[in-house]
Formats: sequence, C-alpha cells, structure tokens
Amino acid sequence: MLPASAPHLSAVIEVRDLHKKFKQVDAVNGISFDVHRGTTTALLGGNGAGKTTTLSMLLGILTPSTGSIRILGEDMLRHRYRVLPRINFTSPYVDLPKRLTVAENLRVYARLYGVLRPRERIGELSLDLDLGELLNRPYGNLSAGQRTRVSLGKALLNRPEVLLLDEPTASLDPDVGDRMRTLLEQYQKRSGCTMLLASHNMGEVERMCNDVIMLRAGIVVDRGSPQALLARYGRENMDDVFLDIARERNTADHGVSADGHAEGIVS
Amino acid sequence: MSAAGMAVGGSANRIRALIERHAYLLLKSWPRLVSMAYYPTVTMIMWAFVTVYLRPTSNFLADAPGLFIGAVLLWDILFRGQLGVSLTFFEEMYSRNLGNLFVSPLRAWELIVGQLVMSMLRMLIGVGAACGFAWLLFRYSIFSLGFPLVAFFVNLIICGWAIGLAVSGLVLRWGLGAEELAWAAVFLLAPVSGVYYPIRVLPDWLQIIAHGVPTSYVFEGMRAVLLEHTFRGDLFVEAMAINGIYMAAGIVFYLLAIGYARKHGMLMQMGE
Repeated sequence: MLPASAPHLSAVIEVRDLHKKFKQVDAVNGISFDVHRGTTTALLGGNGAGKTTTLSMLLGILTPSTGSIRILGEDMLRHRYRVLPRINFTSPYVDLPKRLTVAENLRVYARLYGVLRPRERIGELSLDLDLGELLNRPYGNLSAGQRTRVSLGKALLNRPEVLLLDEPTASLDPDVGDRMRTLLEQYQKRSGCTMLLASHNMGEVERMCNDVIMLRAGIVVDRGSPQALLARYGRENMDDVFLDIARERNTADHGVSADGHAEGIVS
Repeated sequence: MSAAGMAVGGSANRIRALIERHAYLLLKSWPRLVSMAYYPTVTMIMWAFVTVYLRPTSNFLADAPGLFIGAVLLWDILFRGQLGVSLTFFEEMYSRNLGNLFVSPLRAWELIVGQLVMSMLRMLIGVGAACGFAWLLFRYSIFSLGFPLVAFFVNLIICGWAIGLAVSGLVLRWGLGAEELAWAAVFLLAPVSGVYYPIRVLPDWLQIIAHGVPTSYVFEGMRAVLLEHTFRGDLFVEAMAINGIYMAAGIVFYLLAIGYARKHGMLMQMGE
C-alpha cells in the first residue's frame, strides 16, 4: 500500500520478510514494508513491539535472522558501507562522548561522515538547532533535552537522504519539541529526505507522518495514514488508536478484526 | 580523483576523526597524561635502585648496569601498547558511543587502525616519560641498546596490540565485567617472557610455553645485546613469525566479537 501523500513513488527503504530471533524470542517476526522517497513513516508499537530492533537492523547494527533490507537501492546486508554515508540516525539509547564539547563531537562526526566544509555545516546546524551557547560545553554536562538537540545535530550533519529517528523529541519540552519537528519538516521539504521514526508521541505522528506502521509482538498488525487509521478505528486521536491496537481491543465495529488485521491494509 | 584514491582519502579521514576524538580527551586532562607516565616512571625508578643496590655484588650487573632498567622500559612498551588498544575501545563503551560509531561509515579495520595509532601515542607518552627520567636520574639511555632497540620495539608493540585487540574482543563479547582483563592479560606472559631472568632458569615445561611467546625472544635478545654485545637475528625472526600469528589471531578474534555483537544486538546497548 502506498502512503497517503507520497510526493514520489520510488521506495527508498524496502524491507522483506524480516525476522530477528533472540534465543527463543521472536523480536521481529516476518515484517515487510516499503517507505517512499520524501515521506515520513512512523513505526509504532508498545514497548517490546520490535521498533528499535527493526531500526537497528535497518542501520546495519543488528544482523537479521532472515529477510532482506534495501536502502537507496543497496542491499544493506551486503553493501551497507555504500549506504551509511547517505543516512543517519538519532536515538536516546546511544550517547556521544561525554567529556568532549559539543563542537568537538560535531567536528569528529563531520569528519567520520566526510562532510565538506564542516565548520560551515556546524555553524548552520547551531543556528537551526539553537546550539550556539552549547558548543563549548562538554556533552556530558548538558540536560537531556539539550543532548537530544545535539544528537539531532549529529544526525543532520551529513545532510542525510534517509533519516532514522528513534524517539527524536523525547525529553524535549513542548516548545523545543515543536521547533525540532518544524526543523525536521523544513529539512525534509528542502532535501526530499525520507524519514522513518519510532515515537510514543502520537501528536508528533499525526503531525509529521504520511504513513503509520503498527507493530505488536514483532509483526505488522496495521498500516495506513493517520487519517485512515483514525477513520478505521472510529477514534478522534492517535493515542486511542494506539491503545486499541496495543491492547488488542476488539475493533470489529470499525471493520477491523480482533488481531488488528484489516483486509487490504497490512502490506 | 580516482575511486580508489577517494576511498583511501575517506578511510584516512575517518581514522583521523577517531584519533582526534581521543586526542581531545587526552589533551584536556592533565591527570590522564600524568597517570599514563607515572606508573612506568615509578617502576623504572624502583628497578634502577635495585640495580644500584646489587651492582657492587653482581658481575652481570657490573658488566651491564642497564639490564633491569632496559628490561622494565621494554616491558612497558608491551604493556602500554596493549593498554592503549584496549582503553581506546573501552572509552567508546564508557561513553555509550559504540552505536553512533557503528552506524557511521567507519569500517571495522579503520577502527582497528585508529586504536593502534592511539596505542602508539599513549605508549610514547608513558614510556617516553620513563625513558626521560631514566636518563635524568640515572644517566641511562634506552638508546644505548642501539639499532636492536628498533627490533625489540617492533616486536613488543605488535605483541601488545595483538593482546589489546583480543581483550577488546573479550570485553565486547562479555561486557565491561571483563574489563579487569585489560590490566591483567599481559601479566600472564610475564613469567614466561624472561623479562628479568633468562628462559633457561624456567622448568622444562615452562620453557616449552616460553617458546610460543614472542616476548621471550625479545628479552633473550636484549640480554644478548647487553651481555654479549651481539644482535641475535635468529631471535628477531622467530619473534616476528610468532607475532604475525598473534596479530592475525587478535584481529580475527576482534572481528568475530564485533560480528557476535552485531548478531546479538549488543552494539546499541553497551555502556556503563
């Protein structure tokens, strides 16, 4: 199924029958989906649904048990180093070196990603993300919200064509969170970047995402645009849709079976 | 520029990034710099006084007063070389930075080269300070070993790197709980390396083990230079051959540990 408002139709991320088993646990159990160029897709689900595991496999930091991943036309399992310079990510589960200043961290990562004119790029990002006063402070001395902004700066350093965002506005106050979302939207508009984000902020999902993939226990249980999901579940906001799906509520009244599947919905 | 040239340039840039990241850390912390130098220096001073004490009653120390000081300085090349590789890697784990590094374009072999370069820098700071104090306080120059010093240095640093990579792999596999290995691993080799005594004093079964340890050839070679004024090329070649095997094993083990961590989802989670 194509996203609701895809500016272009080509799939930038192609996931097929992806499995990840940890000992006896199927963390991801045969999911398939496409993400199209210039769109933002949300990967939603409760804790342990398989979102971070899926993102980790897309990034090449976790080897799938079986299945295939293609990003920007390249097989990530065989040629990830062709892709990695063109993508980036941010996650609250990883940090930057704490004793280095923000500027030092950004310089190091600019060099790792082969950014041309890194000083200019860091200057641009410090304006966009309001990092000016933080540049000379050690990363470890920053608040959680400030760290999130710096991590986002690191994620945008190489002007990525694909951005994988794991809870990108976690720990941010509503004002800063809103500014970050606006910044990401503007970046996408300017660059045509494709974004896949895992988030627990349903307002963020409604605002930013063309498409939503709902995961539960490692499988895709529903998919559609936020508007389509709201209509299908007869709800007014994505929080309630999320709860319906996560708690496996019987949604037959809304044309969806008890396990969340709807004909022609799950790809 | 050709594709190959760009690839080499990209690799050099990424290795430089890694070195810069650790250089920032070292240069802004004088306690770190001091701690790298103080242990080799204190150990050297201790062995220098042992030499001063024993020299009047010992023929071989009368002939070669630099025997113990040279030995302790060479041993520290091995130890600091190993620690430099391991601590560079641990630093990424302490700061929960592995996830960012492994999703960047940095290749595993570039990470290894970065670790080796940092090890060399850390070793030069630590052992360099001890060598300086040896000359200032006791008028002993490590360079009195002459050209063979290069042969000893190369063998010891390669052996230290191999152990450092293996320790990094063990910690990647079993977590920071195995961190103590970084400090202890190299001392497993100490009894069979013959740092302060010839290998022939060991029991037969330990001598067999010693023949599989490259450092034993280095310290035998050092004694040959100081006591017999001879450079033993045969020992150098044997040490290099065994070191080749150690280094290959260290690299393979480290790469396997990275593969294991990738398979089990440990790269994103590891840290303090």
